Amino acid sequence: MKIAIVDYGAGNLPSVERALAKLGAETERAVEPRQIESAEAIVLPGVGHFAAFVAGLRERGLTGPLRAAFDAGKPMLGICLGLQAMFAASDEAPGDAGLGFFPEHVRALPANVKSPHIGWNQLRHTRESTLMRGIPADAYFYFAHSFAAPATAEPTVAACDHGFPFAAVIERGSLRGVQFHPEKSGETGAKVLRNFVESVQ
Amino acid sequence: MTLARRIIPCLDVDAGRVVKGIEFEGLRDMGDPAELGARYNREGADELVVLDISASVQGRATFLETIRRVAEKMNIPLTAGGGIRTMEDGRAVLRAGADKVTVNTAAVQRPELISELSQQFGAQAVVLSLDVKRKGYSWEAYTHGGRTATGMDAAQWAAEAVARGAGEILLTSIDRDGTCSGFDCELTARIAQVVPVPVIASGGASTFEDFLAVYTDGRADAALAASIFHQETRSIAAMKQFLAERGVPVRTSR
Repeated sequence: MKIAIVDYGAGNLPSVERALAKLGAETERAVEPRQIESAEAIVLPGVGHFAAFVAGLRERGLTGPLRAAFDAGKPMLGICLGLQAMFAASDEAPGDAGLGFFPEHVRALPANVKSPHIGWNQLRHTRESTLMRGIPADAYFYFAHSFAAPATAEPTVAACDHGFPFAAVIERGSLRGVQFHPEKSGETGAKVLRNFVESVQ
Repeated sequence: MTLARRIIPCLDVDAGRVVKGIEFEGLRDMGDPAELGARYNREGADELVVLDISASVQGRATFLETIRRVAEKMNIPLTAGGGIRTMEDGRAVLRAGADKVTVNTAAVQRPELISELSQQFGAQAVVLSLDVKRKGYSWEAYTHGGRTATGMDAAQWAAEAVARGAGEILLTSIDRDGTCSGFDCELTARIAQVVPVPVIASGGASTFEDFLAVYTDGRADAALAASIFHQETRSIAAMKQFLAERGVPVRTSR
């Protein structure tokens, strides 16, 4: 099984690649449309700026193929900014459209909490999901972000609170996303990635 | 559901080895960075900081190789810095596998460096390393590894750096560093009050009580120490248990 890791030009890909390789998954950096089309599963990793992310996808012609993959129900995992990009838009780049798989707007964390939200936090599981199967309820995950999608978004299966309740884990059909960094979240994070890899096999 | 206070071991690296400064003796070899990093990762550290203390241009390639070797062993966040002068230095450190980069001297000389790094890699990837000495009722920022006074008020500089896009402050008390007399909680609380980003306290740690104090009185989001962990006199797991029993939220699961 081959997983395409979308390379939009700014993400820290080696840690995601290493984490997936440890689980026995074969990965490939996807920089052109045919790689998205031929992949059996797609990972959208992401750090950096929402505008740079969507521009990176657009310049490489990947926006259309990613939307087609979504329509076809191809397994996909968004990480951090990769999750945010699945929504319609973000406060971080008001003029730029996201992939639009979900209609909500990604919002800036409010001024009454420290931003970025950096560190290890726990989740509130709101629904059963493939991604969080076997994960203890009190497990910690590593977050590093200044923007987040509201937990009221329909695909939310686990929420976290920092300024407002936000979507920490989303899942709908074969589409999945995590606001935390599973590749930086120790053994618990590795378990989340394992759940993803197993779900596409 | 609570954001855990982080415990962060720090590796001071010179020529590819972890070192510790000893009074009158110079540097003592404390081991291999990748081995020590792997040990801390296994023992429950919440993050690892690797600093190039030689920060020489010649040593840069060696340091990047060290980051690469350490990053391979990590499934927790890795922060690296020391001698970062340009955007390209920062990019190289992140490309080598660090999640965040620290800046100090070059950012004081040219604050735009912070804005540039932040715009390119995001605020969560840019850490202002702030070395300070007490001066009357306030603190002064120092550069060049604590050797050069800047004349700048530490709190003001911290606020400016954050406004320019720094996502975290690594705050080191030069007065306390190496003294084993505890963190400067007054300093940490002061800076934590003026900046809207997480503050990592550093300098002076020697006991579990020091960590407890800096998370409570000092209002620190994270605390960093080097030698107390290297010497295996204090285990991270035991420290976390001590803190948890006293009501400090810490990550106990792996």
